Amino acid sequence: MTSVLVAVGAVTAIGAVLAALLEMAGKLFADYGDVTVDVNAGSRTLTVEGGGHLLGTLREQGIFIPSACGGRGSCGACKLKVTEGGGPVLPTETPYLSATERADGVRISCQVKVRSDVAIWIPEEIFAIRSWKATLAAIRILRPGMVELRWELPAGERIRFKAGQYAQLKTARYGKVKEEVFRSYSISSSPRDERAVEFIIERVEGGICSTWVCDHLQVGDTAEISGPYGDFVLSDTDREMIMIAAASGMSPIKSILHALEEQGSTRKATFFFSARNMGELFHLDLMKRFEETLPGFAFVPTLTRPPEPDASWPGKTGRVPALIAEMIGDRVKDAEAYLCGGAGLIDGCTAALWAMGMPNERIFYDKFE
Amino acid sequence: MSHGTLSALVILFAAVFTNNVVLSNFLGLCSFLSVSRAVTSSIGLGMAVTFVMTTTAGLNWLVYHHVLVPLGLVYLRFAVFIIVIAAFVQFVEMALERLAPALYFALGIFLPLITVNCAVLGVALFMIIRQYSFLESVAYGLGGGVGFLVAITVLASLRWRIRKSKVPPALQGAGIAVIMSGIMALGFVGLSGLITIN
Repeated sequence: MTSVLVAVGAVTAIGAVLAALLEMAGKLFADYGDVTVDVNAGSRTLTVEGGGHLLGTLREQGIFIPSACGGRGSCGACKLKVTEGGGPVLPTETPYLSATERADGVRISCQVKVRSDVAIWIPEEIFAIRSWKATLAAIRILRPGMVELRWELPAGERIRFKAGQYAQLKTARYGKVKEEVFRSYSISSSPRDERAVEFIIERVEGGICSTWVCDHLQVGDTAEISGPYGDFVLSDTDREMIMIAAASGMSPIKSILHALEEQGSTRKATFFFSARNMGELFHLDLMKRFEETLPGFAFVPTLTRPPEPDASWPGKTGRVPALIAEMIGDRVKDAEAYLCGGAGLIDGCTAALWAMGMPNERIFYDKFE
Repeated sequence: MSHGTLSALVILFAAVFTNNVVLSNFLGLCSFLSVSRAVTSSIGLGMAVTFVMTTTAGLNWLVYHHVLVPLGLVYLRFAVFIIVIAAFVQFVEMALERLAPALYFALGIFLPLITVNCAVLGVALFMIIRQYSFLESVAYGLGGGVGFLVAITVLASLRWRIRKSKVPPALQGAGIAVIMSGIMALGFVGLSGLITIN
């Protein structure tokens, strides 16, 4: 009996001594005091607590750098230029930086630690990104496993975004999930509707955020939302538009269609929406409305798993590239494309569009990772 | 020269050449194979391993002889050694980051890798089995580390030299690296008559 106690006691004591040592080292070494962050050559100077990562430090100061993964170093989206004090480029950053970017001082801000005074440069539009405590005003169930959420900003607040951009939602802790995560969702509502943002969210089995959204959120709950982010936006040309999406990829396209409707646009636009079966379709009434209000618009839902013979499906079947060839044909060369969805859909369709003669710079896409 | 210093020196040389931890004990192969793609990073890792092995060998010797033996807890040495190594590596990482940033950027990223490098634990266990004195243990740690540094640098140089050779597809990457390590180990066996330690 005593030997058990001695063993447990000794291991605990050794662990405690080492933990105390590390704690002291943390106090001694990891305390960097206050450091200054110089933004855009003196246009703003921030005094921040040193020792944290640049992304989080800036977020605390109200500057929101776009980041799809929320700071885990897995998306490479939170790039910014560090002109002074960033230290050498870390191996965790190299996969995301091209040689020109490295020469330019571009860094992955969630990996750069703020140890001393730093000088950074960020594009002006980032300053337009803000964060709000938004209230969930409505949950619309579009089909099983697919919801549209409407988040209203606090009274008097407005968000100014371009159709196609995305916002970030911060999940709360719930159930067994002990961490708060950031997830990016394309805004599905009209940019004219500045008092709220809407997201279309699909349930992902085991997904932290989508489970929270589908099972735990209730109307009246609040959450932190920041935005707008992203350069997937409606161009202001008159070119024919080819829109392609699947599942919740409809989000930014829907926002773009709202914007076109409000402009009274007569642009020719065809929206190919890919689904496996009829059960995966949604927002059909809204698309019908767009077809009536937008003279140049056609909605083309297509089913990739052939419907049952007895199901009355009047629409198209098969994959999107074949339909583009059939319905748009040679006009593809002069059109521009907006794609949103999973990697399979995007990669397949961009390759097909490219092969049909559409130049790369007119193919815009928002790929879900 | 006293007998103790002499035997420590013998152990140091033996650990580098005849009882190399990588090439005769086959420890630490994971980082040996994965970080040997570029010579600069392999030198960085080798230096970090040398530093950690030398210091943790001394620390673990003290913990073993002054804590575990008196309390009769020798059987807990595996767990205790690992805790000591992990905490020490963490400590060194924090200290380096603050006090020697240049060194931190050269070695820092390799330090967390070393926590789980079995060669470091191997050195701590061998020094107990072989009943080394404190000085001998530190020398053995230093020798083990230098041995690792030599082995990984040589492998990295070899991999650099064969980078344009036509390696059969099935053996590309780790496969050919393991074969080269095997041949290197054979070469090191040739040195084994030089000095022997038990």
